[in-house]
Amino acid sequence: MIKAKNVVYEYQKYDEEGNVCETKRAVDGVELDVKKGDFVAILGHNGSGKSTLAKHINALLLPNDGEVWVAGMNTKEEAHVWDIRQSAGMVFQNPDNQIIGTVVEEDVGFGPENMGVPTEEIWTRVEEALKAVGMYKYRKHSPNRLSGGQKQRVAIAGVVAMHPQCIILDEPTAMLDPNGRKEVIRAVRALNIVEDMTVLLITHYMEEVVHADKVIVMDEGKVVMQGTPKEIFSRVEELKAYRLDVPQVTLLAYELKKKGLPLSDGILTIEELVNELCQLN
Amino acid sequence: MREITIGQFYPADSVLHRLDPRVKLVGTFAFLVSLFVGSGIVAYAIATVFLAIVIKLSKVPFKMIMKGLKAIIIVLLITVSFNLFLTDGEIIFKLGFLKITKEGVSIAFFMALRLIYLVIGASLMTLTTTPNDLTDGLESVLGPLKKIKVPVHEIAMMMSIALRFIPILMEETDRIMKAQKARGADFESGNLIDKAKAMVPLLVPLFISAFRRANDLAMAMEARCYRGGEGRTKMKPLHYEQRDRNAYMILVAYLVIMIVAGRIF
Amino acid sequence: MSIKLENVNFTYSPTTAYEIHALKNINLEIRDGEFIGLIGHTGSGKSTLVQHLNGLMKATSGTIYYNGENIYAEGYSMKDLRSKVGLVFQYPEHQLFEVDVLADVCFGPKNQGLSKEEAEERAKRALSMVGLREKYYKQSPFELSGGQKRRVAIAGVLAMEPDVLILDEPTAGLDPKGRDEILEQIKKLHEENHITIILVSHSMEDVAKYVGRIIVMNQGEAMFDGTPKEVFSHYKELEQVGLAAPQVTYIMNALAEKGFGVSTDATTIEEATEEIFRVYQKRQVR
Repeated sequence: MIKAKNVVYEYQKYDEEGNVCETKRAVDGVELDVKKGDFVAILGHNGSGKSTLAKHINALLLPNDGEVWVAGMNTKEEAHVWDIRQSAGMVFQNPDNQIIGTVVEEDVGFGPENMGVPTEEIWTRVEEALKAVGMYKYRKHSPNRLSGGQKQRVAIAGVVAMHPQCIILDEPTAMLDPNGRKEVIRAVRALNIVEDMTVLLITHYMEEVVHADKVIVMDEGKVVMQGTPKEIFSRVEELKAYRLDVPQVTLLAYELKKKGLPLSDGILTIEELVNELCQLN
Repeated sequence: MREITIGQFYPADSVLHRLDPRVKLVGTFAFLVSLFVGSGIVAYAIATVFLAIVIKLSKVPFKMIMKGLKAIIIVLLITVSFNLFLTDGEIIFKLGFLKITKEGVSIAFFMALRLIYLVIGASLMTLTTTPNDLTDGLESVLGPLKKIKVPVHEIAMMMSIALRFIPILMEETDRIMKAQKARGADFESGNLIDKAKAMVPLLVPLFISAFRRANDLAMAMEARCYRGGEGRTKMKPLHYEQRDRNAYMILVAYLVIMIVAGRIF
Repeated sequence: MSIKLENVNFTYSPTTAYEIHALKNINLEIRDGEFIGLIGHTGSGKSTLVQHLNGLMKATSGTIYYNGENIYAEGYSMKDLRSKVGLVFQYPEHQLFEVDVLADVCFGPKNQGLSKEEAEERAKRALSMVGLREKYYKQSPFELSGGQKRRVAIAGVLAMEPDVLILDEPTAGLDPKGRDEILEQIKKLHEENHITIILVSHSMEDVAKYVGRIIVMNQGEAMFDGTPKEVFSHYKELEQVGLAAPQVTYIMNALAEKGFGVSTDATTIEEATEEIFRVYQKRQVR
């Protein structure tokens, strides 16, 4: 579905006279292979290159070196740009800055309108998309009156209405409160499970990646860890070195293990830990 | 600032609300023209009756409509006094160099009426039309201008984005103002220059934020396949109903009556 | 010094259809040297409450005393109050406007009427308090990283030398690294500079780690007020209003329910590790 081969992206910093004073490598030789229907999470702190990588998948950025394919199309071929943007929909961090319409349903219709979808089909797509994220009853509302989590779900619906094969979410929960975060993650998981949508979630909240099929950790433009959540979370020390959070349960299990309790690696849920502890001796 | 009615929408279920936005745009223009072609007491009496009926049909409270006039009070006073004092003719009152003439009174009166009716007419349109319908209508009415390379679609898109972001930027202004107040900034006291200077800590962050938003929005629009008006379909295309055709007929009839009334009386 | 609130009420757009009773009969005392966590979800009234403490919003009814003085009394200087009770808004970096970092931090002290030299001295002190190195002083604030910008903005309030510092979601939008750094810096301000801190947050985990007292706001009311242990013991009620205790609380309670004899009042990982280990050893011996 999505393939990246040795992707390098550099940008230049200019001094006051406009001369190049520094070249920064934001993405440095990244390989990526996302299969259809996968839920892949990319973790990393700010400046690790994860957002820059995401923009490559939507052809908003083109690699300096290496190649990116989306649904078999190379992002470098200009003729495919709009097809790529339609197959790989993108949701951004700030919900306010990506909603264009002054009414919820009109915003969701914006993408299909741009694609030249016939009017009647736009209406069915909008209805389906809003129902998929649980925002149908707000279709006549003004986005300004919605909560952060609701706005972000509208933004997701706006992408879903374009019928993409894959949806990329660039830190969609960074500006939300805990309830908003839960709403958005729930909606994303439903899209993945019910609609079999391929999901690429970029985040720095650990609890959001627990249900992913695959987790990729980025640092300084490189992929430094990848595996199932369980595999990743069993490497607590490494995660700490990359200054990433570990869920409290995992951390507690890790600390207890260090003290000599015979627990398994990468415990992710409260039930797992409680069961294992109770079964000791 | 919140007192200005022009540009606000008043939700209600009325014939006027249901009319096609193009009819309302053309209608407002026709009403404006009628106020200039029709003159004299009879024509204005007809215009008044017409306006009264439209207001009644709109179901918008009269108070809401009058609020829009607050914005033009100063313009109104200036126009009235200029016409009142500077028109030559049969003098009916004189105090020093100030003189009021019969013609002056009549011109000032009609001028004021014209302005007031104009503003009421324009407010009625915006009060009964959602911003989206308004931009759609405008895009469609101005459509022919595309032939002479006027970027009609872009203008309409810009208008609708502006309408979406005005409340967000208002809120942001409020927030930055409070944050600077918490740092001891004073926006109220001092003379005009002090006040202007005090705006810098407010305006700089506001501009930066507006540019950041514009940048984000442009990227989000591109990601959603926006590439201008070419090949775009519409979720809510405009199409005329019977009531719109009726409204056009009424408008034509009204205009004819106004022209005739202006000629005869 | 202390801040005391007596029967404070606040209503948005009273007597209209949009009327919202944002604060309901709040009675609180914030004492000298406390480190308080103010928790509640969006719309709970927590932001409204903190804006009352420095006079940016005026209570519809009720009284607020700062050091025993009624801040609503005639002639009370709100400007002085605002320099005593510093308020750092959410995303404070959005208020930066000057050409360089130092000038921006000087804005507050200059508004207090200090000379350029005094203001700069205070600004430098504030910048070192937030851990920003001197090489950044002459840089444009807009060229700094997100975490650094936020430090500059916090320094902008600290430079007014407040006795109380209120931070509204100081970690919003930061990554875990930036979040930990800012929270550690705030802890230092409390310990080394003896500033009373009120930390407004959604995150129970963060708050549990740092504060000595938690106030939970819900629908305009102070729902709970006590030590983290006391407040988190109500984890079921917290959940009902859409808030959650730290995961640790859930683990300890789940263990206790299953007969793994732990006491349930641990609120941090360290405490929980100790407690589980203690019980585990006891069981081993038996």
